[in-house]
Formats: sequence, structure tokens, C-alpha cells
Amino acid sequence: MEIKKPAMAGTLESSDCQVTVEAGEGKIDLELNSAVINQFGNQIRKVTFETLERLGVKDVKITIVDKGALDCTIKARIEGAVYRSLEQIEHLPWGGAIR
Amino acid sequence: MINAVGRDIPEEILELTGKEVFHGNHYYDGYEYRKHGPMTRCVINSNGSKLVDSIHDVLVKCGIKDGMTVSFHHHFREGDYIVNMVMEEIHKMGIKDITICASSLGKAHDPIVPYIEDGTITNIQSSGVRGKIGEAISNGKLKGLAIMRSHGGRVRSIVTGETQIDIAFIGAPTCDDYGNCRGIGGKSNCGALSYAMADALHADKVVAITDCLVPFPNFPAHISMTRVDYVVEVDAIGDPAKIATGAAKPTTDQRKLMMADYCTQFVVNSPYFKNGFSYQTGVGGASIASTISLAKEMKKRNVRMRFGVGGLTKPMCDLLINDQVDCLLDTQDFDLDAVESVKDLRHFRISAGQYADPFNKGAVVNKLDFVILAALEVDVNFNCNVVVGSDGMITGAQGGHPDTAAGAKCAIVIAPLLQGRIPAICTEVTTVTTPGESVDVVITDYGIAINPRRQTNCKEDNLSV
Amino acid sequence: MNPNKKRLRRTMMFLNAQKPGLIKDPYIYKPDSIMLDLEDAVAENQKDAARFSLYHALQEIDYRGVERVVRINALDTPYWKEDIRCSVAGGCDAIRIPKTECANDVKLVESAVEYAEREFGRPKGSVLIMAAIESARGVMKALEICEASDRLFGIALSGGDYTKDLQTHITGTGIELMGARQNLVIAARAAGIQCFDTVYTDLDNMEGFRQDVQNIHLMGFDGKSIINPRQISIVHEIYTPSEKDIIFAEKVVTEIDTKKAQGIGVFTVDGKMIDIAFYDGAKRTIELAKTSGVYKGDL
Repeated sequence: MEIKKPAMAGTLESSDCQVTVEAGEGKIDLELNSAVINQFGNQIRKVTFETLERLGVKDVKITIVDKGALDCTIKARIEGAVYRSLEQIEHLPWGGAIR
Repeated sequence: MINAVGRDIPEEILELTGKEVFHGNHYYDGYEYRKHGPMTRCVINSNGSKLVDSIHDVLVKCGIKDGMTVSFHHHFREGDYIVNMVMEEIHKMGIKDITICASSLGKAHDPIVPYIEDGTITNIQSSGVRGKIGEAISNGKLKGLAIMRSHGGRVRSIVTGETQIDIAFIGAPTCDDYGNCRGIGGKSNCGALSYAMADALHADKVVAITDCLVPFPNFPAHISMTRVDYVVEVDAIGDPAKIATGAAKPTTDQRKLMMADYCTQFVVNSPYFKNGFSYQTGVGGASIASTISLAKEMKKRNVRMRFGVGGLTKPMCDLLINDQVDCLLDTQDFDLDAVESVKDLRHFRISAGQYADPFNKGAVVNKLDFVILAALEVDVNFNCNVVVGSDGMITGAQGGHPDTAAGAKCAIVIAPLLQGRIPAICTEVTTVTTPGESVDVVITDYGIAINPRRQTNCKEDNLSV
Repeated sequence: MNPNKKRLRRTMMFLNAQKPGLIKDPYIYKPDSIMLDLEDAVAENQKDAARFSLYHALQEIDYRGVERVVRINALDTPYWKEDIRCSVAGGCDAIRIPKTECANDVKLVESAVEYAEREFGRPKGSVLIMAAIESARGVMKALEICEASDRLFGIALSGGDYTKDLQTHITGTGIELMGARQNLVIAARAAGIQCFDTVYTDLDNMEGFRQDVQNIHLMGFDGKSIINPRQISIVHEIYTPSEKDIIFAEKVVTEIDTKKAQGIGVFTVDGKMIDIAFYDGAKRTIELAKTSGVYKGDL
């Protein structure tokens, strides 16, 4: 999957995170900002890379501003941003690439 | 060396402090010692005045020098100007290696961080620290030791001479020229001066700093002239808006209300809930909500409280106004309602030593039935952490947490299971502030856990667990 | 039949499916059902994002037995079909159709749900449906709506839109809702399904809320839609059977069981004439008492 136009999903409310994706430079470039980075930074990075891999995104600049979101929310926001970028809102692969 | 809660305390720290590791709550019961007395400079000549023109001059008179210990109280909380004012002067004079012994330090004291970095301040003793001081200590900027003691533990350390205060600085809302200090009146009315009492009794030099000088005698004095060496008048000792706030609006957060409700249900169904019971609570949203809902249950069940203790807020003072409690024992006043309440003859101010010093011949906390506390973390052994964030940053103050938990018959800790995604209930707390042996019940938004050490009692008393 | 069709639903709590802070653990407040909302609570430009949040919540959060109903967008929007795919794939228990006007609306959703069950490998009939009625036309067609699908476990009144359609407004007295409430509960009972009352939006007036719940309880509603956790305990309290009711129900159940064996059809309990028609009601009282935590017997 190719990220062409920048897109964003999520909010800066507590327990949420805001994810921005834009065209990359040939690799996954993650910028993570989190209040719980010392405790959960590695876990958030792991979830991010796994989610992008499932979506088949290999080339992206992704920024996550995390406000203590659970893994399920981080996944949802990444997927939200990626599919927004692709402008696909129907016939989504629930249970496939999204899981 | 491994202590009674299973933590390995570095030998280096034991050597530096000359302390033993924690052996359990009652290890020192019956221990005998002689109290530390202050160096006292007699004032006999009636021509002299205790008034000194400036902080600078008083520091000179007190013989400030490298390596001294200076003390402060935290009755002005986040509105305090005293610590910054005094430390700025000490810094200007080029003094190094100062130990600060404060009853607590907060974000208001962020400005002293550069003095930690440049070696003006090398040791900090406090009930806790927040903001930039916490970050500085956590990042290893402090050259010496940071010792976090409970309110009772601080008094113990001063009384035994473990901490020897060279100069105590006491911010006084009102003071006369002979050093009689009161916590009420003036611009910076804070109600009580409980945490400064031990300093006044045991420091070699005692300096009262006020922004409201009143004619002699400022009676009844909370801190007597017989203990005060010098008086300094300044423009402002604090920001009144941050000293005592308006009463906090009762929380509408359903999660906190539910935990408060669980707590009240637990309290009223426990055997200690009967006429003449005693109670203390903190100032968190859920704790305050618990007091409000407890008051309703007391009315419904016609149960009267004998005494309420601790840092006071409106809901506790309302118990007095509504005649649901015989008296309040006050260590600090968080809101204007509590400050106002000190006028009531059944509202008694007590010193931090009376409140919680374990090296007394008995403290008030030992007479508590219930204490309702909060915590950053609680582990599966019921150990509580109140001071250090789960990322290792020092970010809170323990106050009387360990003292009251150890003293009360029933210590209840309220903590939401998750703060964002940080679990408050964990396998091992980052730092043990209060040992699990003191904690009876943990209440979360997901339910109630009773310390297994107590469950047999519950069964005997026919409580559902 | 899906065994959950007749489960107890005293409280259905609305939650914005787009808000992680709300949907992560609403079960701690112990509602009978939660209503994860993709419709009115979600802004038009967040409809897509809400689905991802909903899907992962359904998949990954253990709601501890609380029923998970999803309110999809209305059938005149471009969203509802994908809402159903996402909800069914996620594993929801039921779909709530907003603005239901006729039996065909239910049938449209039924076929989309059935298609999604096949697409995502869920057993046929595992996803239930409920219909919200929000217009005068819907109220007049209530019975045909109630009888439109085997999957339909209940209908709900949605008072805000309904009163607008009626050219009145919510007064707090319930007078504007009288006809609709009566009509819906009768239609639901005629069809043998459940009926739920509309939300009460004035959170500062807990006394008014209590009065409202007492009224709809007596009218025969199975439960009420809830917008804040603090409303839950009041509903559950009002729906808790009294000790007198429980003792009577116990006697009715035991007597009917023994008398049936003896071939006796009509008899008296505490001076009241009793026959088999009392059986279901008495059973329901015992079930309610059990769920409310007040039942001490062993039926």
C-alpha cells in the first residue's frame, strides 16, 4: 500500500492518540511522542510496526502523539489515518489486514 | 541489605545515613532515647529588638555558612514564596552545600533548580517533591541525598537529632516584633502552622518571616516568641490565591464517585463504623466524595463521629457545622472553608508531632479507626507508592500516608485501576512508600480487594468479601 | 432462536464509539447493555475513524458479559452498510437501526447482517437486531416493524426526533410521549419482543429521572436508554422486585409446578386466583431478583 497524500486520525484527548501519515522516503520513519514513553515506548513501536506490516505499508513517515492510548486505539488510529490517506471508506478488509 | 518489604537497600546509603533498614511497623515500639535540644541564645536585655531589615541581614546574623541545614514548612503550598526568597539570598551570598529540610516542596519551588545544579543545594529532605525539582533529583542532579520522609517521620528525625536544623525559616501569616506567630490573619491566611512546630522547638536559629506585622502580643501564639530568634518583614510571603483555594467543586467524574461509593459502603459495613468512630481522608476527588457520601450515611444511620483528623477541606468542616462530629484535629487547611472553620471552638490545631511522630509517647494517628488514602501504585502485596511515577520520576508527596496507614485500624487506599494506560495495580510498586502490612483495603473502579492478612477478621465479623 | 433474544436489558448505555476513554471499560458501571454509537454522537467527518475504533474495541476489549449493541447510521446515509460489516466482523451482539419507519427497513438490515455473517464466518442468526422508532409514522407502523424479523429482540422509542416530528418537544413530564410509549409497548408485547424507553437528558434532575423510570416501569417497558453511568443504579433499583413480589412469585412457580403434576389448572395463592398464565411473569420476577442480587431462594 502506498501513502500518497497526508492524512490524520485521532485526537489529543486522554486515552487517545493522534496519528499522522505522509509519503515516506523509502522506509518506515516513526516519530513517537508519548507521556508514557519510558514505560510503553517499545510496546507502542511494536504495535505500530505490526499494524503497518499488516496493512502492507512499507514507505511512510508516521507521527504518533500518544496520550496514554491502549494498543487497540493505537491500531485503530493508524488504520484510520492510512485508509484516509487512500480515501477508502468502504469494502474495508475487516478481519484481514485490519485485525 | 534486604528490608522487611523485600527491597535491597544499598550498603552505601545505610553507611551515609547511619540508618537501619525497615524491619516492620512496630520495630521501634518501646524504644528509648533522649531528645535533641537546640542551641539557644538567650534574650535578656529588654532594649533589644528581634526585627531584622532583610533576609540577607538575618542570614548574616544567623551565621549562615557552607554545609548548613535550613528548614521550611509547606502551609502555603503552591503559593509559597519563602523557600525561593531565602534560597535566592543564600545563593547570592555564594554559600554552598546547603541541606534543605522542608515539610514539602512543590512546583512553586521550580526556581531553586539552578541552585541544585550549581551546588548551592546538595541535599534535600522533604515529604515529596513535584515539578522540576523532582526531575532534577531523578536525573541525578542533586550531589548528595534526597530523603523523602512522612510528616511523622520528619518530626522524628528532627526530634532525635538525625536532622539538625541550623536555621528554621517560618513563614507566618501574622507575627509581632517579638516573634509570636499565628497561622491566621493577614494576607496569607493559612489557618494552621502545624508543620513548623518541630522546627521551632529544635532548630538552633528560628527566623519568622511575615508580611503582616501586628502589635505585641499576637496571642494566642501558634509558635511562641520563646522559640524565635529574629523576625523579618517582607512584602509578601505567598500568593493567597494559591494558599487556600475556594472549596473544590465536588467531582462529577462517575469513576471517582463510584469508587467513593464503594469506599463508603465498605466503611459503613465494617465493625469500626459505630458511634464515636474516627476518620481521616485526603484531598483527592474520590477521597472528598467519600466524605460527602459518608456524611449522608452517618445521618441516615444516626452514627456520630468522635473526631476527624488531618489536612482539612470543606466536606470535613461541614461535619462540624452539621454537628455530625465532636471535634476536628487540624494539621493544615486546604480551602477557605477550612481556614474559616478554625474559629470554631471544636476545631483544634495540632502539631505534626502530635499528629504522627512515631517517636512520641503516642500520636493521634494511632487513635484512628479509618483513613482513606490515594496512591500512584499499589502492588499485589498491598505496598503503596505515593512518591515516584512508574517512569521513575519523583513526582508526588507522601504526607502522612505511611503514618496514618500504620496507625489506623482500617486503612483504605483508593486508586483507579488504570491511569491512561498506566496500571495503578501492579506486581511490584516502583518505590515502597507505605508497606503492605499497613494497608487493609484497596478500592478501585473495578472492585474492592481486602488484604489477605485481614480477611480472617472479615469472616469473623461476617463481612462479605 | 438466539438465546440472547430475551436476555435482561434494564439499562442500555449510549457511548460514542469514537471516544477511546469511554469505550475502554464501561462494564465497570454494570449496565446490562452498552450502545456503541456510530450515528449521532459521531461527527460527519469522523464516521470512518469511528469504525476502526469500534472494530478493535469489539475485538480486543472483554466487556465481561455486557451486551454490545452498535447503533449504525440511518438507512438514508451512505454509511450504514459498512457500519454493519464492521460491527458484525468485530463480533457485536446486536445492531440498532435508527429512524425505523417500516418493516422493510428491518428487512434491509436483516439481509445486510446475514450477508456480513457469511462474509465474516459468524454463525447465521448470531447477530440480533433492534429497531429505534423516531417518528409518528414509525409509531403507527410499530406492530409491522416488531414482526419484521426473527432477529428483532426489541424496539426502542427515541424521544428527541419523535417529539420534533410530532411538533412538540421534551417537557420532562412525559405528556408528549404518552401515546408513543403506550403504542410501542403494546406492539412489542403483541409481537412477543422487548420494548425500551427513550433517554432522559437532564442529568441535573435525578428526581425527575427517577419519576420517569418509575412511570415507564409501570407501563411495562423492559428497560431504559441511559446517557450517563450515574443513571444506572436508579433504573436497576426501580426494576428490582420487592421482597413481597419475590415471595409471591416463588409460591406461584412452586404451586404451578406441583399442581400441574396433579392435573389441577386453577388454584389460589395468598387468596389470589392463579393459573398457568402467571407462570412466565413469576419466572421473570425470580430472574430479575437474581440479577439484582436480592434473590436468596433456590429456584
